[in-house]
Amino acid sequence: MRAFQFKAATSPKDATGTGTDTVFIAGGTNVIDLMKLDVVKPARLVDLGPLSFRGIALDSTGLRIGALEKMADVAEDPRVAKEYPVISQALLKSASAQIRNMASMGGNLMQRTRCGYFRDTVSPCNKRVPGSGCPALEGENRMHAIFGVSDSCCATHPSDLAVALVALDSVLKLQGPQGIREVKLEDFYLLPENTPDREHDISPGEIITEIFVPGKEWARRSGYLKIRDRESYEFALTSAAVALDLDGSTIRDARIAVGGVGTKPWSLPVVAEALKGKAANREVFAAAAEQATEGARTLSQNGFKVPLLKRTLVRVLCEVGGVA
Amino acid sequence: MHCRNDDTQGEPSPDKGRSSRRHFLSQLAALSASLTIAARAASSKERSRPETPDPEQPESLVDIVLKVNGQEKPLKVDSRVTVLDAVRDRLNMSGTKKGCDHGACGACTVLIDGKRVLSCLTLAVMAQGKEITTIEGLAHGDELHPVQAAFVSCDGFQCGYCTPGQIMSAVGCIYEGHTRSDSEIREFMSGNICRCGAYPNIVQAIKQAAPQMKRAVS
Repeated sequence: MRAFQFKAATSPKDATGTGTDTVFIAGGTNVIDLMKLDVVKPARLVDLGPLSFRGIALDSTGLRIGALEKMADVAEDPRVAKEYPVISQALLKSASAQIRNMASMGGNLMQRTRCGYFRDTVSPCNKRVPGSGCPALEGENRMHAIFGVSDSCCATHPSDLAVALVALDSVLKLQGPQGIREVKLEDFYLLPENTPDREHDISPGEIITEIFVPGKEWARRSGYLKIRDRESYEFALTSAAVALDLDGSTIRDARIAVGGVGTKPWSLPVVAEALKGKAANREVFAAAAEQATEGARTLSQNGFKVPLLKRTLVRVLCEVGGVA
Repeated sequence: MHCRNDDTQGEPSPDKGRSSRRHFLSQLAALSASLTIAARAASSKERSRPETPDPEQPESLVDIVLKVNGQEKPLKVDSRVTVLDAVRDRLNMSGTKKGCDHGACGACTVLIDGKRVLSCLTLAVMAQGKEITTIEGLAHGDELHPVQAAFVSCDGFQCGYCTPGQIMSAVGCIYEGHTRSDSEIREFMSGNICRCGAYPNIVQAIKQAAPQMKRAVS
């Protein structure tokens, strides 16, 4: 690891006043790993830990989570588990107990891809070294994306939490040198297109301070299913976050996002729309899931994700919809 | 009768013409270190920021105090030093193990403020003012912690390298209350990899220790 200056932020200004060669650290589970790999090379590391962006608050408008809350604390909060089960489930299926005790909610949303070429500094990678090329497009791409793929990048976004939060129409509060602003989480993540090094709608010196999840009817009847190569402590091959607002057995409204398949957390409004006004049953779910992979671009090794994603959706829709 | 802890019995003496494993490893480490220094010297001109602290940037060395197993330890460390390297190399507590050094194996698990975390991904400068508990801090003198005793009686290890991390993680798992079933224990212990495959006995050890720990707390 290269040398860096370390500073513990004592006020938000300590963080927001810093320049482009500064990296923020909260839990450190991703940043320290990437610094050891020489993928991330900050001149300055600013610890956000002492700042006060904490708290888990629920009211009739929704759920507010301080960006520095630990994944484990949010996952185990009984109010979150009851009112927003998809968030709790996605967190508990993320990483390991140790990492969930360390990693912050904001940091989870900022984590970088697990693409092997991105993490290996000997390989070209357009995300790490713009213009150097993308070996994954023709190389080892079994874990890679089928949605949002460009000729520059096909790296999968790794966060489970982000999939759940995108499904629930969440909004981030950001604080920076220009003040405070809000951005929809779905729009916060950028498509790779021909600038895969630009991953987020965030400026130098800006930090995530809060996550807001609106308290809609569908949030309470929600769930997360993650399919992996091993049962635990593994990134998704496919995953799905679904939320259903049922009127008896009729689907009034739905929200759906999927993971392990997109260059960003991928919402599927087409599938949600196909469910509206229909009866909650396996046939309806299967017909809607058929539309999930329209426009998918598969690579040499990840074609299996197309049928797997459809099955993932049907299974979690059945579970959440109470269909045997 | 042979005692397992008496390491002078049944082993060849290092000075009887056979080089000991420890001696061999230290020679290997010295060779590896000198190669690394040579490599750094060769590449240092190409890099704007070297891999060693810049004497003109003294802020990369930091005076810190780590509280480890109840004792305050003042240290001057490079800001890159992890809690894992600080306790092993600076405080000479080698119980905590370095496995992958990237947060994938759990061998380095310690408790910080009572919660299980990965010491390989925790910077020492960020652990100041916190209570660090390592495997050395569990036993009371000769009396093993209930989880340590359970690992012995259930044979919860084979080579033993992952064991300190498994035990620290198990203590955290029991504190958290995630021991209600075998499958819950397996899920919440999944961050600790055992390449020998001692998992069934580790689960048994945790089931045995959990009620004892709860009794000890209440």
